[in-house]
Amino acid sequence: MTPQPLWLLAELTYRCPLQCPYCSNPLEFAGARFRNELGTEDWCRVFREAKALGVLQLGLSGGEPLLRADLERLVAAAHEVGLYTSLITSAYRLTKDRLAALRRSGLDHVQISIQAADEELSNYIAGTASYGDKLAAYRWTKELGFPLTVNVVLHRKNLHQVRDLIGLAESLGAERIELANTQFYGWAFHNRDALMPTRAQLEEGWRVVQEERGRLGTRLEIVWVLPDYHEQFPKPCMGGWARSYMTVTPAGEVWPCHAAGRITTLKFANVREHSLEWIWHHSDAFTKFRGDAWMPEPCRSCPRKTVDFGGCRCQAFLIAGDAGVTDPVCSLSPHRHLVDDAVAEVERTAAAEAGEWVYRAAPNSRALAAKG
Amino acid sequence: MTSPAPDASTVRVAPKARLQWDEVRQRHVLLYPEGLVALNETGADILALCDGTRTVAGIVTSLQQRYGVEGVQQDVTGFLEALAAKGLILFEGG
Repeated sequence: MTPQPLWLLAELTYRCPLQCPYCSNPLEFAGARFRNELGTEDWCRVFREAKALGVLQLGLSGGEPLLRADLERLVAAAHEVGLYTSLITSAYRLTKDRLAALRRSGLDHVQISIQAADEELSNYIAGTASYGDKLAAYRWTKELGFPLTVNVVLHRKNLHQVRDLIGLAESLGAERIELANTQFYGWAFHNRDALMPTRAQLEEGWRVVQEERGRLGTRLEIVWVLPDYHEQFPKPCMGGWARSYMTVTPAGEVWPCHAAGRITTLKFANVREHSLEWIWHHSDAFTKFRGDAWMPEPCRSCPRKTVDFGGCRCQAFLIAGDAGVTDPVCSLSPHRHLVDDAVAEVERTAAAEAGEWVYRAAPNSRALAAKG
Repeated sequence: MTSPAPDASTVRVAPKARLQWDEVRQRHVLLYPEGLVALNETGADILALCDGTRTVAGIVTSLQQRYGVEGVQQDVTGFLEALAAKGLILFEGG
């Protein structure tokens, strides 16, 4: 029986005032494929169809979702059908009035990113002076009674701040802090050599997390998203392909995860032409890797195939050039040497602190797209 | 880590969590940021009683009357303590 989806990530726009070099959005986000954004009515229909299909959790993301002038209406529509709504935002230029309006519309939870524990580094990583706005928004989020998640993407230039970041979340009264080690897709894959931490940095970060978990107990939930290049086995990406999760992109394409659009061998259906139900059950992208019939060795006969589902299809495509092979992160993959090489290269160069990144900005997106 | 359920405190579902009927799967769920707990009928009944007016003892009494059974105290306490450890219910006063 086909599983029913629980999660929907609505990427309302790829416009964003921040330029984080690890963004999971497509490299070609500024191109024609993503520019024709869905209207209010389209999104409201998507939310109704999602709920009828079994979705309970809705992430409102982007780009920067606050750039949608109809965000309050979208939240109200999602709330009305009974979705638990999370706003995933940079909080850039967010006002307390707008946050209060979102509260009245039925928004359930607010997740605000921060790029580092101090202003100078946070602004440098974001490519935009945004630290002050974030701190103000954190306070308003708590004042208005929202549960708050602080989200930080970790990489070589901020992993030394894990303790300070946890301290910041604690002082803000946050319920959760997500310490998400960079997953290498989109802009992060392009900037991999500049972002990937050393093994020593990761070990120290993880040690601090365990220590802080002991200190804080249930007062603050600390989520540590594993750095999968440094693991022995792949992550159970999205809980398995097309098992519980879908992403709707700004122009209406539906993907099994927010990175899947990069896989050129899949055909993606659009909510402008099909119902979400049809897309979930019948579209090429969703049916291709659902279940385990597609699996080659070493996955096919592996007892872990029900644990990690063969890992990540996007990673297989990006690293091995074939979305249908074992995730190259797996130590049993014939492509694991490509991951080892990338990790080793970083160990060699990190000492010299080499590695410049390319900011996630529209001019850079267009230049990269032109290069092909 | 679990928080002990103090006898004299009242219990309520935390503001960040929402008890809801899932029509598609025909069961109750407790929704919260980035997650959910699927509930059986008993679990849903217990949470429906966590309205901020009842103590753990009061909830136990209600359930025993409703189902005509005895000795559910340990199960109820265990269930509530597990949810409290995730911050999904709150013990207040007492």
